[in-house]
Amino acid sequence: MKGDTNEQALLKGLAHNDSKAIETIYKENFNMVQSFILNNNGSYDEARDIFQEAMIALYEKAQTESFVLTCQIKTYIYSICRRLWLKRLQQLGRYTTQVDSIEETVAVAEDMEAHEKRNVEFAIMDRALNSLGEPCKSLLEGYYLKKMDMNALAREFGYTNADNAKNQKYKCLMRLKKLFFSQYNIGE
Amino acid sequence: MDDILLLDAVERYLNGEMGPEEREYFENLRKSTPEVDQLVVEHNMFLHQMDAYVAHTNIKHTLHNVHTYLLERGDLNEGGEVPTRGKLIQFWNKYKRVTAIAASVGGVIALFISGLAVYFSSAVNDPKLQQLGKDLEEVKKSQQYQGSIINEVKSKIPLNARLLSGGSGFLIDTKGYIITNAHVLRGTGAIVINSKGKEFKSSIVHIDEQKDLAILKITDEEYSPAKSIPYSIQKSNADLGEEIFTLGYPRNEIVYGMGYLSAKSGFNGDSLSYQIQISANPGNSGAPVFNQNGDVIGILSTRQAQADGVAFAVKSRNIYTMVNDLKKNDTAFEKLKLPTRSTLKGEDRKAQINRVEDYVYYVKAYGK
Repeated sequence: MKGDTNEQALLKGLAHNDSKAIETIYKENFNMVQSFILNNNGSYDEARDIFQEAMIALYEKAQTESFVLTCQIKTYIYSICRRLWLKRLQQLGRYTTQVDSIEETVAVAEDMEAHEKRNVEFAIMDRALNSLGEPCKSLLEGYYLKKMDMNALAREFGYTNADNAKNQKYKCLMRLKKLFFSQYNIGE
Repeated sequence: MDDILLLDAVERYLNGEMGPEEREYFENLRKSTPEVDQLVVEHNMFLHQMDAYVAHTNIKHTLHNVHTYLLERGDLNEGGEVPTRGKLIQFWNKYKRVTAIAASVGGVIALFISGLAVYFSSAVNDPKLQQLGKDLEEVKKSQQYQGSIINEVKSKIPLNARLLSGGSGFLIDTKGYIITNAHVLRGTGAIVINSKGKEFKSSIVHIDEQKDLAILKITDEEYSPAKSIPYSIQKSNADLGEEIFTLGYPRNEIVYGMGYLSAKSGFNGDSLSYQIQISANPGNSGAPVFNQNGDVIGILSTRQAQADGVAFAVKSRNIYTMVNDLKKNDTAFEKLKLPTRSTLKGEDRKAQINRVEDYVYYVKAYGK
């Protein structure tokens, strides 16, 4: 990417989930996307959804090791949003007129595909976690999502010791894996 | 238990929590046991998946927080004016949105109104369709023309009653049940006239606006029940291209017409009826549509106003569904038996008409 170091730093911040960096990108790009969506039959809520989804796609891209952004952040976000919105309109059958173009776009088809694949995987994980039931769900979330240590978890859930909590965690994990892979392997 | 120990080992191995000795032992185990190796690969992938999921959840959370924060600070705007470049563009944007809203409101209202119209009127009220019942004027004229005969033989239309509409109908039960179109019966009562010009009093026993079908019963003392009905009423659907003929009363005299079945659905894809190619005129409504074997396949009901020879007939199986419903709800209809066997098969057309015409009636509806 030829862009200035400032943008590089922003993307790095985004990749690390740094709220200051995200705030800056948000401020610089949101209004553009919002007017675009509003001018093309969208609502405020839809504008927010689309923009945040584009931010997630950018975040995913920024995280890959082979990451190169060959254009400005603005152009990239705009292109992603445009695509997402066109797709949404088509799904809703609201595809009436040509969507206005306010800036040149870059090819984002591949990134979009990867992003969509990830979304499917997350949805499967979400479903698997939610069909797990309690206390399995909270236990696994505590360990893998909140990164709590085993002793703290044992205290919180009322296990007599960390080993028992750990045993239970593995039992839950095996169930989660089974649920996840049964869906994952059927194909997305 | 073993599974759990193994899983624990895999996780510690992947997290690099094993000591060098244990690690070497585990790596050897991986090499020698494909199942363990597979478990490691699978678990590694799963943990990555979990990590990605966690990261995804976190970034979503951050984005949500940032959005709320910026909204509170007034850096973002959701509602009111959208900050854009230039007043002209802004005006255009505003105008566009208003137009879109106006258009969709208009659309919704239009849909609503047409929905109401469809709901409150029968399906055959489309301007492109023309019902083949005769309206007042025409019937009046034929009444005048018939005047002499009617004066001689006293008409059975009650005094002070006005003729409102007319059409055709045919017997579906020897006891005097006649089927016709609902739209033919605009008034409060009806008389039927057979092909020889003899009038009979009748009463309207059932009207189904949705199917556009109605049943009359001859209540006249002078009516002597027919021995049997020569035609049958077909239960199954007719085939495309089947040759058809009809007998009806577009005039005071019975008129024969022939054509073919041109589509298995009616106007605008209406699955209750067929499209037929036949020359039909007002008064043909309610006339039976026969196939070559003398089975009734439909009841002629409407024609397309702008197209020549395109008419529509209500499918005969609707008679069965209507009669079956009636039987369920009203014991008076228990003895109604639809003719299921045709004795007209193989006869030539003239003989068929000769045997059928006595069962096709001219229906005149009257009201106050």
